[in-house]
Amino acid sequence: MSNSKTIPLSDPARTEALAARLARLAEKGDVIALSGDLGAGKTLLARAFIRAYTGLADEEVPSPTFTLAQVYEGGRWLIWHFDLYRLEKPEHALELGLEEAIDQGVVLIEWPERLGAERPRQGLSLTLDFVADPQARLARLEDRGGWAQRLERIGDE
Amino acid sequence: MRVLGIETSCDETAAAIVDEARTILAERVLSQEALHIPYGGIVPEVAARAHLDHLDGLIARTLDDAQVNLADLDAIAVTGGPGLIGGVFVGVMTAKALALAAGKPFLAINHLEGHALTVRLTDGIDFPYLLLLASGGHCQLLVVEGVGRYRRLGTTIDDAAGEAFDKAAKLLGLGYPGGPAIERCAQAGDPQRFPLPRPMLGRPGCDFSFSGLKTAVRQTAQGLGSLTDRDRADLAASFQQAVADVVADRAGHALDQFGRQGPLVVAGGVAANATLRARLKALAESRGVAFLAPPLRLCTDNAAMIAWAGLERLRLGWTDGLDFAPRPRWPLDPAAPKAVGAGVKA
Repeated sequence: MSNSKTIPLSDPARTEALAARLARLAEKGDVIALSGDLGAGKTLLARAFIRAYTGLADEEVPSPTFTLAQVYEGGRWLIWHFDLYRLEKPEHALELGLEEAIDQGVVLIEWPERLGAERPRQGLSLTLDFVADPQARLARLEDRGGWAQRLERIGDE
Repeated sequence: MRVLGIETSCDETAAAIVDEARTILAERVLSQEALHIPYGGIVPEVAARAHLDHLDGLIARTLDDAQVNLADLDAIAVTGGPGLIGGVFVGVMTAKALALAAGKPFLAINHLEGHALTVRLTDGIDFPYLLLLASGGHCQLLVVEGVGRYRRLGTTIDDAAGEAFDKAAKLLGLGYPGGPAIERCAQAGDPQRFPLPRPMLGRPGCDFSFSGLKTAVRQTAQGLGSLTDRDRADLAASFQQAVADVVADRAGHALDQFGRQGPLVVAGGVAANATLRARLKALAESRGVAFLAPPLRLCTDNAAMIAWAGLERLRLGWTDGLDFAPRPRWPLDPAAPKAVGAGVKA
């Protein structure tokens, strides 16, 4: 079983397809942590994930930078979308209800680095890196608990 | 009729009292900007604690300034959302306590409605009008048909306009808040040097998109390697120009859809940007419609707009119960068609 995997994404449509694939594999209690610099496509990926997970193809999914968290219904469990870009102290994530969100369903977290030592040790870590082609990205997926088998099934189909 | 307004939904702690004659009897704003500068952005918990520390004293001083007592007020209005929930809670709990103690009506105001009605406080215009609301959390075009009656024509499909300014400023190594930092830096810059994309330009409808522009700024900056002051100024100017081009294009479409002779009104902190204002003014002039922009201090977050929106509602006999729960998401037009292919700022 692999603990990590690298997937080249030639354009935003490939990023969205990967997000939809991950959404189909997501289970209750999963934390999907999305890393990458400003403009790497984290919110694009989160939006495609949420739409695939809820089955609502035109669901409005704002960048939650301003509100820090948004929650969506429509999937098997609730799906939470956190954006911790503006979070300074990791312990403040507790006040946002991160732990409760994990208990309730699937949690997407942009800027998980802001959590420091409070970062959940479970789920999947996904990092989007820039490459030479401005349209393309390199996705690095890493199992942080419970995703090793599911990682095997991604990207090879 | 006199109403006290309280605003704590983001980084300003503010209180104001307005009356029916459109007079701002008193207003006090305590900006938390200085507290946030070390973090390069608004830090939610810092905001909530600071609101809690300062709000009581700020209200007392505002009442003193206006030389009125709580008993002289007709209602207490407060921002009930959308916004950072910790800050909103502080304001709402304070307002409820005051309303209960003084036996006055309580009004929970949608922050966006405050922005939307500001021009009626400053200029006394009638409904309807077309509003561009562009701020750190929002970018939308609305037909304001009446108090509580808003029709959204378009909104951002990803980042808000102010968020784009903040993130572009961060990418360029400029300070926070990003809007003024970009504008200052762009003054010496050449807006033609970098051909940045104009997302949505020329497309049908009135929706906005700024995420791709942010990515383009990043890639341009990276392509240059280490940025000189000249590079920074030119890139800031090119970015600002791209935003202004997109916003003017979308506002033009909205004027078409509005189908009336204006007026076009701007609100929100991004309306403070001089380049953007000039573009919108030129657009309005080319269409032969009036262009109205409230003074800058009433474009950014403030309590006078909350007091005024409260007064407008109170005049219609609308008040809220003390069981009102703060609303982190609160669209002005819940019936608006979804922006297809998009995430949307409520």
